[in-house]
Amino acid sequence: MAKPKVAFYWCASCGGCEEAVVDLAEDILKVVEAVDIVLWPVALDFKYKDIEAMPDKSILVSFINGAIRNSEQEHIAKLLRQKSQLIVAFGACAHLGGIPGLANVANRKEIFETAYKLTHTTVNPKEIFPQLVTEIPQGKLTLPEFYDTVKSLDQTIEVDYYLPGCAPPPDLIMKGVQTLLSGNLPPKGTVIASEKALCETCPRNKTKPDKMVIKEIKRIHEVIADPEKCFLAEGIICVGPATRGGCGERCINANMPCRGCFGPTKEVIDQGAKFLSALASIIDANTDEEVQKITESIIDPIGLFYMYSLPTSILRRKQGV
Amino acid sequence: MMNENFEPKIVGFMCKWCTYAAADLAGVSRLQYPPNIVPIRLMCSGGLEPSYVLKALQEGADGVFIGGCHFGDCHYQTGNYQTNKRIALLKKLLEEMGIDKRRVRLEWISAAEGVKFAHTIKEFVEEIKKLGPNPLKKEA
Ligand code: SF4
Ligand code: SF4
Ligand code: SF4
Repeated sequence: MAKPKVAFYWCASCGGCEEAVVDLAEDILKVVEAVDIVLWPVALDFKYKDIEAMPDKSILVSFINGAIRNSEQEHIAKLLRQKSQLIVAFGACAHLGGIPGLANVANRKEIFETAYKLTHTTVNPKEIFPQLVTEIPQGKLTLPEFYDTVKSLDQTIEVDYYLPGCAPPPDLIMKGVQTLLSGNLPPKGTVIASEKALCETCPRNKTKPDKMVIKEIKRIHEVIADPEKCFLAEGIICVGPATRGGCGERCINANMPCRGCFGPTKEVIDQGAKFLSALASIIDANTDEEVQKITESIIDPIGLFYMYSLPTSILRRKQGV
Repeated sequence: MMNENFEPKIVGFMCKWCTYAAADLAGVSRLQYPPNIVPIRLMCSGGLEPSYVLKALQEGADGVFIGGCHFGDCHYQTGNYQTNKRIALLKKLLEEMGIDKRRVRLEWISAAEGVKFAHTIKEFVEEIKKLGPNPLKKEA
């Protein structure tokens, strides 16, 4: 029997998700042995036209990482959807919009101005900005269109499964790959991770006081965090209560608070609003003055509460830009 | 940008014990106030998840009104203190998201304050009229 065909593709990605696949170490050999890779731009030289020439649904599964931020990514995502039986959104950017999704606080114009003009290291006296088409003597050069708004993968194509995380941990990737290859498929739309919140399995949970109260918000770089104690109880923002578990408490074990890369748990539609609600409940402030003071001390709520999920939040992007 | 023809849609989340009762009182007292508010009765303003407010705005409400009991009067002791903290934080988030925080208004109105209720709604509707339609409103 022919081996199942598998594609890996990256959209608006940092390359970390590809790195996570490479980090499978010797397990990657098991994957390579079991499947026939038909596209993997970071590692292997295939052409888009090879994919275009394939019959529809001839790829068993395409793993797509990265958010959708330009027309080429949208095009290839749609092409892979057409050619694949299953699509897995791989990593936080494909799942939720991820870090690139934070660009939704701006638009294309602002981003180009910053990147091609305003930063101190940019030297661009002729103010040359990327163009869709550039005519040169040898012919026309084209670039993909850069969109105003970053989208998650499922805001562009239908997605069957999600492998969460920035990047997904190797054990979860192996579990996902094995599940899909076994043909014993979970219900469509499943996020392949825990159903519970991170706090439930967090080793610091046992240090949580019965009644948690915080008087002051501390930023992680301002303090030396106690490696045993619950961050939130110490006044350090930790998005664990609003985040799906299953990462193996990677950040927590490195003495860093959770930033939410596994996304919200199943019942929650808006990770940031959920966290905001949980945080407000434990803040010890009764008068309007106390409330105002502590609210002001929370720097950049979008960046903190939606670090990975702005495009899939209820509001999706900043308005008026 | 005051538009004479613009009638704001306002979603009102009100606690059963105070503000919703105040709205009833305003009704039976035949107090006049604009009909722009769609009331939603909650057991306690403290039960209002911030995501409901975002959802109302995203689905096209021009304003969201939240009414609860005065401090010290909450039927469940501290629900309104929780509401106060949540809405303060939510307003900060809304501002960062480019939405005018005046579109969300929190007031403590007791069951006896029918007049305050009618007056507050009137004032809020006027304010939203000045702000104009919610920019999130999908094109009709
Ligand atoms: S999920 Fe994380 S590792 Fe993967 S592409 Fe996005 S930023 Fe990079
Ligand atoms: S808030 Fe953070 S540190 Fe505390 S139990 Fe939850 S995940 Fe662990
Ligand atoms: S602790 Fe939070 S941010 Fe860190 S890997 Fe786990 S889910 Fe992601």
